[in-house]
Amino acid sequence: MNKTIFKAENNVLTVERTFNAAVNLVWKAWTEAELLDQWWAPKPWKSQTKSMDFRTGGQRLYAMVGPNNEEHWGITTYTNIELQKHFSGEDAFSDEDGTINPEFPVAKFDNHFDSESEDTKVTIVTTYASEEHLKQVIEMGMKDGLTNAFKNLDELLNNAQPK
Amino acid sequence: MRRDVFNAIADPTRRDILMSLTSKKQNVTALANQFDMTRQAVSLHLKYLQECGVISIEKEGRERYCHLEADQLTAVADWLEPFKILWEKRLNKLDELLIKLKKEENE
Repeated sequence: MNKTIFKAENNVLTVERTFNAAVNLVWKAWTEAELLDQWWAPKPWKSQTKSMDFRTGGQRLYAMVGPNNEEHWGITTYTNIELQKHFSGEDAFSDEDGTINPEFPVAKFDNHFDSESEDTKVTIVTTYASEEHLKQVIEMGMKDGLTNAFKNLDELLNNAQPK
Repeated sequence: MRRDVFNAIADPTRRDILMSLTSKKQNVTALANQFDMTRQAVSLHLKYLQECGVISIEKEGRERYCHLEADQLTAVADWLEPFKILWEKRLNKLDELLIKLKKEENE
């Protein structure tokens, strides 16, 4: 299993991971509802896609179903697709009919797929606007050092734990 | 403007000061000696860190001692943590699925 790399810069969070599989397979796993449902929800949750129209302007309506059958609905709108290279869009909270809940902020994502011989590197870029702290950071114009800051913060926290 | 943990860790010197305080409380003179800057400059950083709520400064006799407020730092680490856990879990499942799909392809 390869390492997942996390970066936080301004209001943008980036996740990077290389999979030991060809790009066509990885792309399928991300873009076909039946496959997507097999991994999208973290245990013990389940992903259930109600409808998915994977093309520019199309939408995916899905529920995250919890261990007590509680349902959290979400809707993804695809804004740009380049086959086996990248796709971007917007994630929103919704009800089961796909009506967006305006109380929650919309997150924008841009997923890149880079073929590296037998492997595929996936880069997930999520642009958040909701985190209050994140906003403060943006206002401060703190562009550099956030990643390092977090690395250092982790180190600080490890050291600060009572021994 | 109210200062917070993010303000505190935005500067490399302030991070170093915090790092230095993780091992033990220290007085201002001891901290100033560790950094290549005037005692006055270190004092300004300490005042800033105090305003951010990540350290407290207490008088003991004639000395002023700085303590790390570790709880304040922990609180801020948490906002990224759920995001990390979600993606780690997700991508591990994707990894398993891809291994399965690859096997099926080869059969």
